[in-house]
Amino acid sequence: MTDPLQVKPYLDLRAETQARDRGLKEKVMSLEEAAALVCDGDHVAIGGSTISRTPMAMIWALIRQGRRKLIASRSIMSHEGDLLLASGVSSHVVTSWFSQGIVWGVSKVMRLHVESGKARFDEWSHMSMGLRYRAGAMGIPFMPTRSMMGSGVGERTRSETHEMTCPFSGDQLVLLPALNPDVAIIHVQRADAYGNAQIDGLQFMDIDIAMAATKVILTTERLIDNAQIRRTPDRTRIPFFTVDAVVEVPFGCAPHECYGTYEPFFDQMDDYAKQVSADPEQGAANYLKEYFYDTATWQDYLEKFGIAAMLDASRRGRSIYDD
Amino acid sequence: MMTDKPACTASELLAVMSARLLNDGQIVFAGVGIPLLAVTLAQRLHAPSLTIMFEGGVIGPFIEPGKLPPSTNEQRCTRKANMVLPITDVLLLLQRGYIDIGFMGGAQIDRYGNLNSSFIGDPDKPKIRLPGTGGGNDISSLANMIVAMKHEKRRFVAEVDFVTSPGFLTGGTSRIDAGLVTGGMFRVVTDLALIGFDSESRQMSVLALHEGVTREQVLDNTGFDLAFDDTLAVTAPPSSDELAVLRELDPEQLYTA
Repeated sequence: MTDPLQVKPYLDLRAETQARDRGLKEKVMSLEEAAALVCDGDHVAIGGSTISRTPMAMIWALIRQGRRKLIASRSIMSHEGDLLLASGVSSHVVTSWFSQGIVWGVSKVMRLHVESGKARFDEWSHMSMGLRYRAGAMGIPFMPTRSMMGSGVGERTRSETHEMTCPFSGDQLVLLPALNPDVAIIHVQRADAYGNAQIDGLQFMDIDIAMAATKVILTTERLIDNAQIRRTPDRTRIPFFTVDAVVEVPFGCAPHECYGTYEPFFDQMDDYAKQVSADPEQGAANYLKEYFYDTATWQDYLEKFGIAAMLDASRRGRSIYDD
Repeated sequence: MMTDKPACTASELLAVMSARLLNDGQIVFAGVGIPLLAVTLAQRLHAPSLTIMFEGGVIGPFIEPGKLPPSTNEQRCTRKANMVLPITDVLLLLQRGYIDIGFMGGAQIDRYGNLNSSFIGDPDKPKIRLPGTGGGNDISSLANMIVAMKHEKRRFVAEVDFVTSPGFLTGGTSRIDAGLVTGGMFRVVTDLALIGFDSESRQMSVLALHEGVTREQVLDNTGFDLAFDDTLAVTAPPSSDELAVLRELDPEQLYTA
């Protein structure tokens, strides 16, 4: 099997794209049907960043379906990364930063898995992650950068990069290999049935990962009519022909935030941190059982957080439009 | 002894001393925690046209008191921003050269200002795996840097276990030789001192001590033979104005406890 992190031969990339159904067709399905599009061993790029616009519902479905050996990449990983490792769905992450969030300290779950050698954590600089996705989105095999040189981060990724003297200027540059993920999973505020997606607020690396990936699974807070998309096409960030599945999932990032819709569920994030800090192995196992394995539907999952927490997070989230 | 010096925490001292280093009109790439507080403080006090940049993709926000973001990637970071854009594009502004100062915290630093936030111990068999670089490597590769951190022996080491974010590497011209032709360490602000870097050797040199701090105290909390500038100064303590604004920004002491 080819390594999904290797630069893909251009003709293969083109052929895969040509083979995709790019028609303006409806792609609405259930979380479970969409999760089934992800294969064991796939490189899955996760949209959002840290605790923002995380496609948590899709991760919930992937964990419940027991997917294995996924290579998970993201600009910055938070507690969804913990859960992918703890559930056994992934033991290889590619990212620039991995912990629940600065205010919660260093993730003990990440530490447990990485320090014991059970999981591999490839660390790239944040811009390098972005430029790798962008090269993939642009259909070129690499992107040059002036970052990462001279550092340990550059040294530890050297087997995957090249250094180059610029033929125009003589400048020293690092060449970053393109990433073309097998699947991108992205949560947005609005999408139509064809997969036209509108993103409010911070876009993170989502447009590039959508353009770079071989498959795109969208989850969306609201499923809207194509006529609404056509009224504000300037707000559409991901075009329908890159998208393979659309799933309507209200509160699809909980307990993370979705810009303008809900802020993070801070109390719940605190509780999670407390639980896994006390015992990263058992704490994560208990959390997965309670929130992931013992909840048959996404609504069951949300009911675990409770209506009060959802209202509070919504009120804070929508407050961005108050003034 | 009678004194009107308001008591403050070490984190508050860091925020105030760092804020004073920032000038009006600058564009500052800031991390969360002390850097975010310090740039906001500078903006409120003496640098109204200073522009904050967050790696989450934000240009020129205005942080709301009491609603500090826990990361640079949340909607709270975008309040009253001039523009939001993708992460890669905001980081590319560093490479393009629009940023005056990169400003972040640090877990471990060495005499050349190299920062480690990746591994404690051997990177192949780490005692502790830390979260990693995030944008730290990019910011410190491409901008002049201010680092704010607690002054402790375990944090100020002769040589970092791993260079996550490059300072002056092994000193002299080694940073430029490695291909990093711009940027580098400007100041390190600690709860004991204000530190600069020698223009030739590129080693740390203490520029000023905070009020009441002795050279011995600094050396006792540093893991290498730290030099002192010939014109060693003493910083003015945080004023009641500075502390009042700071406490208004972070009433719950999310960052300043």
